[in-house]
Amino acid sequence: MSKNDNKSSAQTVKQQHDISHPELPFDHEEDNRQLTEQSHEQSPGALLFHNREWDYRTIQSVYTAIEDIATNELALDTYPNQIEIITAEQMLDAYSSVGMPLMYHHWSFGKSFARDDALYRKGYSGLAYEIVINSNPCISYIMEENSMTMQALVMAHAAFGHNHFFKNNHLFLQWTDANAILDYLQFAKNYITKCEERFGAHAVEATLDAAHALRDNAVDRYSRPPRLESRKAQERELERLEYEQSQYNDLWRTVPKITAEDEEHMDAETLEIARKMGLPESNLLYFLEKQSPRLEGWQREILRIVRNIAQYFYPQKQTKVMNEGCACFVHYYIMNRLYDKGLIDDGIMLEFIDYHTRVVSQPGFDQPGFSGINPYALGFAIMQDIQRICENPTDEDREWFPDIAGSNKAMDILKDAWANYRDESFILQFLSPKVMRDFRLFEITDNSKHPYLEVNAIHNKRGYKNIRTALAGQYAIGNIDLDIQVTHVDLNGDRTLTLTHTRHNNIPIAKGEAYMVLEHIKGLWGYDVRLLSIDPTDDEIKQELTTFDGDS
Amino acid sequence: MIQKMYIIDRRLNPKGKSLGNRQRFIKRARNQIKKAVDDAINTRKISDLESSERIRISSDGLHEPHFRPAQDKGHRQRIFPGNKDFTVGDRIKRPPDGKGQNGRNASDSGDGEDSFQFTLTKDEFMDLFFDGLSLPDFIKKSLHKDVSTEQIRAGFRKDGAPANLNLARTMRQSMARRIGMRRPRKKDIMALEEQIDILEQKHAHSPLSPTEHEELKSLKERLSVLRNRMERVPFIDPMDVRYSNFTQQEIPTSQAVMFCLMDVSGSMSERHKDLAKRFFMLLHLFLDRQYKKVDLVFIRHTHIASEVDENAFFYSRETGGTIVSTALEEMLRIIEDRYPAEEWNIYAAQASDGDNLNSDNSHCQTLLSERLLPLCQYFTYIEIWDQHEIEMFPHDQKASRLWQAYEQVMKGRQNFVMKNVSRPQDILPVFHELFSRTHTAGSTAKLAEGIQTGAATS
Repeated sequence: MSKNDNKSSAQTVKQQHDISHPELPFDHEEDNRQLTEQSHEQSPGALLFHNREWDYRTIQSVYTAIEDIATNELALDTYPNQIEIITAEQMLDAYSSVGMPLMYHHWSFGKSFARDDALYRKGYSGLAYEIVINSNPCISYIMEENSMTMQALVMAHAAFGHNHFFKNNHLFLQWTDANAILDYLQFAKNYITKCEERFGAHAVEATLDAAHALRDNAVDRYSRPPRLESRKAQERELERLEYEQSQYNDLWRTVPKITAEDEEHMDAETLEIARKMGLPESNLLYFLEKQSPRLEGWQREILRIVRNIAQYFYPQKQTKVMNEGCACFVHYYIMNRLYDKGLIDDGIMLEFIDYHTRVVSQPGFDQPGFSGINPYALGFAIMQDIQRICENPTDEDREWFPDIAGSNKAMDILKDAWANYRDESFILQFLSPKVMRDFRLFEITDNSKHPYLEVNAIHNKRGYKNIRTALAGQYAIGNIDLDIQVTHVDLNGDRTLTLTHTRHNNIPIAKGEAYMVLEHIKGLWGYDVRLLSIDPTDDEIKQELTTFDGDS
Repeated sequence: MIQKMYIIDRRLNPKGKSLGNRQRFIKRARNQIKKAVDDAINTRKISDLESSERIRISSDGLHEPHFRPAQDKGHRQRIFPGNKDFTVGDRIKRPPDGKGQNGRNASDSGDGEDSFQFTLTKDEFMDLFFDGLSLPDFIKKSLHKDVSTEQIRAGFRKDGAPANLNLARTMRQSMARRIGMRRPRKKDIMALEEQIDILEQKHAHSPLSPTEHEELKSLKERLSVLRNRMERVPFIDPMDVRYSNFTQQEIPTSQAVMFCLMDVSGSMSERHKDLAKRFFMLLHLFLDRQYKKVDLVFIRHTHIASEVDENAFFYSRETGGTIVSTALEEMLRIIEDRYPAEEWNIYAAQASDGDNLNSDNSHCQTLLSERLLPLCQYFTYIEIWDQHEIEMFPHDQKASRLWQAYEQVMKGRQNFVMKNVSRPQDILPVFHELFSRTHTAGSTAKLAEGIQTGAATS
């Protein structure tokens, strides 16, 4: 799923960067971005549509025209498409349930619905033009109030851009299951509804609250997750209880024995237990699901559901810039080609350029509407620049990108990037000095020990490499998610669970919230929980939070 | 490679998919929302009391905590766009409240805020507003039983009108009987016939062996047995037939009439009227939720009383003396005229500043206790006092003559209550006191006691 929301960019329509500056149609002949050696003259073709309003026949014919360009010129590899038309209210519904077409019930989704609804009604924020689901077939939701131009843009963007990315990027292939996700969500929804009927809405809510608190720490980072099998899930849940119980009895039976043993044996025993429990474990929900002595079978299944859904979104977190960049690149190319072929007229092209400009605008840090780097703008700019470097390299480009400069194989390089990179590596590899200049990027050092921020690098020769490394670092997974692992279970004493947070750049954990999360973990684990925050440079414990001193 | 694309129109799908989530959210945030609703009611205009309400609640208990990095500590390299005149080595004063960190984290989650605003629908608003309030028990007991009835489903029966034939139930009975009586299935008979057919075909071409003859014979015998049985056991027997059954259920009258009585003589200022209006409004909204239909009757009085429309009731000016009994008489006349007590639940709310012609007080007393109260479900009297009066006079001198007379009426009665208010903020507590479930949950004695203490403290 990817929201093409223009919340961040809706406020400023003005352009800041010439890279994303729209080519006005009458300039278009000078445009040298075309990948294929086709004529740039607008050839007289029959216009696909004149009207602002869309209808099914027009959508179908525009889709066919877009598909022709996408498959024959760009040679994109996509899942079959399914386009669904929804109302603004349904869009809000989808918003509130993390963009998925169906989701189990939880108050937090109601909360985000209430907030989005209020913001939308007051006009503070617009709605996404589309939502696209990484599933097979690939489902794109488009809004009924979009104009026909917008529908064309959205189809090119979502049904081909995002779709190609989903089907080819290695992270999505490795971590998500496009074939099974909708079935699995259906199963999750039914399962949680049944739990609410049997065990009461309150108990289910408490479990979900706790699981949601650990959502960010519920990903198998180092192994491919097993495939989702919703049909078998029910049976598995039944078997689970017996299996877990037998395994877990076995484990706990060792406890009294250990206390009788010598100290030395105890150390060995502790190691053995850690090994049996699979410690250290970075997937906190997985650990609790498998090892918590307190949970009922249905609670374990709920943890598993939350975990699986978090897993599904894991690649999206790491590819926001690339995913949106890919979709923007594709829609920009396709819309321009439609215009070249004479399938859309000047008016529609202008309307498209207006939308496009707003989507890929990047306000400066001191401008209203600034909310960080706009992934649409950054991704689109880098990809457009790759094309420029391939086709019209400067000396600088030859120095920076000897492999690709002037190669005239832009599409091959882009497709390779879409398939094999993530944001971090993509930026590190492809962010060119020109894009840094266009964005006027600068780096500051923010050290909380100093009362000031220091400018570390700007877009000049000395600064390019610094900026590129630092920007890539911002998208590194270590920077997005905290590294927290279950490291110890005190089976000889009071069963306290110890989590260890390994600090990145000496950044501590926000205390207030951490205590709340620890309480949730305590609820799932059944005993006290301790969180240690250590500095990996000297292994010194910098912070210790526990559930038994939660008030301090 | 051209793939098939499907367009699906989802716009007609059922609406309100997130309703379940919304209800869970409102339940979760109930305390905060209730507080916001009560605050809202004190500040908003009466005229839009019954519209939807935008409220702002604090996010206590609505927090979705996660492990997050502390925003203001540690060492970070940050990249920003839009450099204008910075050069390497420039030092920038740290922006207050972490504005400089805006870029990365502040906008990607909405959880940081202390409060957030959203809109309650009218129904949700009213539900919360009247939460914990209900009609006193004794009123429920004496709700007027009317002749009006409702048809409800009541199981099945063996006879009835063909229109009420319940096919599903009939077929169920029939199937049970067919299985019980071992009615041969059509499939079995057809299989037999087929076997016989095959043998006979064979017979037509060549003579059959003795074993085949035997087989043919036994097959034919079995077939005739099955056919017989099939004829004897019908597919649907009259004893299978079931009809849906309906019964009439009496439902209590669901109509009420609310009389608003107000003194509009010179001594009632705009402020008095505003307070009275707030009370009438609340009562009307409350009754509206209890009954299917609520009629409103407005009676204003000076030294004469008349029935008027709502606008005239609240906004037109009258001069004259003050004789409360005229309004009571008018009310009595209207009840006799249009609202027979056996068909209508009658409620009355009277608002006054307590002024009355001294000689009229005893007349009011008798009118109320002997004629009106026996007809009424509930009669509330609101006396509006000026703020400075409350401050000026000691406790026992505050009561007006009318108040004193009404106090006599109240003794031993459950369906008459009186309260005084002096500020808009008092209206809601007074209203809550009149209808809160704690007063009415137990016995009526408890209610009377509540009213007694309420009166004693006032």
